Amino acid sequence: MQKLNLLKESPSQTAGPYVHIGCVPNFSGIHGVYPEDLGAVMRREGAKGQPITIKGAVWDGTGTPLKDALVEVWQPDADGIFTSGDPRGAGDPNFSGWGRFAGDYDTGEWAFETVKPGPVPFPDGRMQAPNITFWVVARGINIGLQTRMYFPDEDNSADPVLGRMEHKNRVPTLIAQKESEGVYRFDIRLQGHKETVFFDV
Amino acid sequence: MSDGNYFTRDRSWHPPAYTPSYKTSVVRSPNKALISFPPTLSEQTGPVFGHNILGELDNDLIHNFAQPGESAIGQRIIVHGRVLDENGRGVPGALVEFWQANAGGRYRHKKEGYLAPLDPNFGGCGRTITDAEGGYRFRTVKPGPYPWPNRQNDWRPAHIHFSIFGSGFGQRLITQMYFEGDPLIWQCPIVDTIPSREAIETLIAPLDMANTIPMDARAYKFDIVLRGRRSTMFENRPEGN
Ligand SMILES: [Fe+3]
Repeated sequence: MQKLNLLKESPSQTAGPYVHIGCVPNFSGIHGVYPEDLGAVMRREGAKGQPITIKGAVWDGTGTPLKDALVEVWQPDADGIFTSGDPRGAGDPNFSGWGRFAGDYDTGEWAFETVKPGPVPFPDGRMQAPNITFWVVARGINIGLQTRMYFPDEDNSADPVLGRMEHKNRVPTLIAQKESEGVYRFDIRLQGHKETVFFDV
Repeated sequence: MSDGNYFTRDRSWHPPAYTPSYKTSVVRSPNKALISFPPTLSEQTGPVFGHNILGELDNDLIHNFAQPGESAIGQRIIVHGRVLDENGRGVPGALVEFWQANAGGRYRHKKEGYLAPLDPNFGGCGRTITDAEGGYRFRTVKPGPYPWPNRQNDWRPAHIHFSIFGSGFGQRLITQMYFEGDPLIWQCPIVDTIPSREAIETLIAPLDMANTIPMDARAYKFDIVLRGRRSTMFENRPEGN
């Protein structure tokens, strides 16, 4: 029989406690190597859409916030177009779509400024409710965890991803809380009865 | 998005979330099954980084934190290789970031407590973007092994951490590179989170004498494989689309 000759993906290893050195060196106190940390600024002056702030933390199974987590987000612009690689066109030039944030060393809290994403079609053509993809790494996490944040002030009832979930009581783990106009909170829980839904896509 | 959809990630090749000999994973591992859905534009697209972000010394850890005219202490090495996908194709334009301890096994980090000294000329981070064939290279010093609080006497083998972006966010990967011949590899609970020896071997970089720079630096070769993508020719779409 012939061989398929496919390679295997490199196995993941934990980002470890010092992920900041490589990914957000200025945050970690290493100055002078890069002018700024990548992903720290998502929207510039003139970005389309509603400016919003998202805050949160990542919580372990004991209810303690992770003080060494790194969170990345990827989302479309206000019109629902991704700023790179989107076959439907070019995105907002004043918006990056990608952010990277470390939890505070003492509290584990992170926060970032972005714009509210527009809706994007599912592969079958149905529209998804506006959402932001999150990717979480940290010491003790052996492979990056992917999840999504949806908005409490949008109609999420016809979203194809939320709709396919068997345990509807887990859907709220993916929906942020609104703190005030334009300010949302999204807590990611790694374990427990409110464990956030994580995806294998 | 240049290609079709991803190959399904082989989760049995990667470490599972819950690995009790790596104690921190116990309360940081999701218990419930991951939920799957077909990749969407959120996974098929991803951030693209231009060469304009790169500084001249970003791929030279021996000098990028050093005082002018000085250099980091340690065994000088070149690390090079290719970023490939599971089809064996080079991934061009991939941002590769790396970080490591210094030659004595000490990280430049507020929460690091190992008694080995800091090297005033070593920061420990670097980055580069792959060329048209997926190739990358950087210069550094070989990191030292270090002890870490887990069981009573656990030591990390010498390693370099890698973060890689492919052409889509669904390929996002963080991993570690180990060095040929290090006996600590086979005693490390973090390495041991990977289920098979065969998979572990793919993270061990061989000494590459052919690419060594005589009288300067030895070379280690480390290829990184990201998830593959299917051809787009026969994607199933609803009729009429
Ligand atoms: Fe390390």
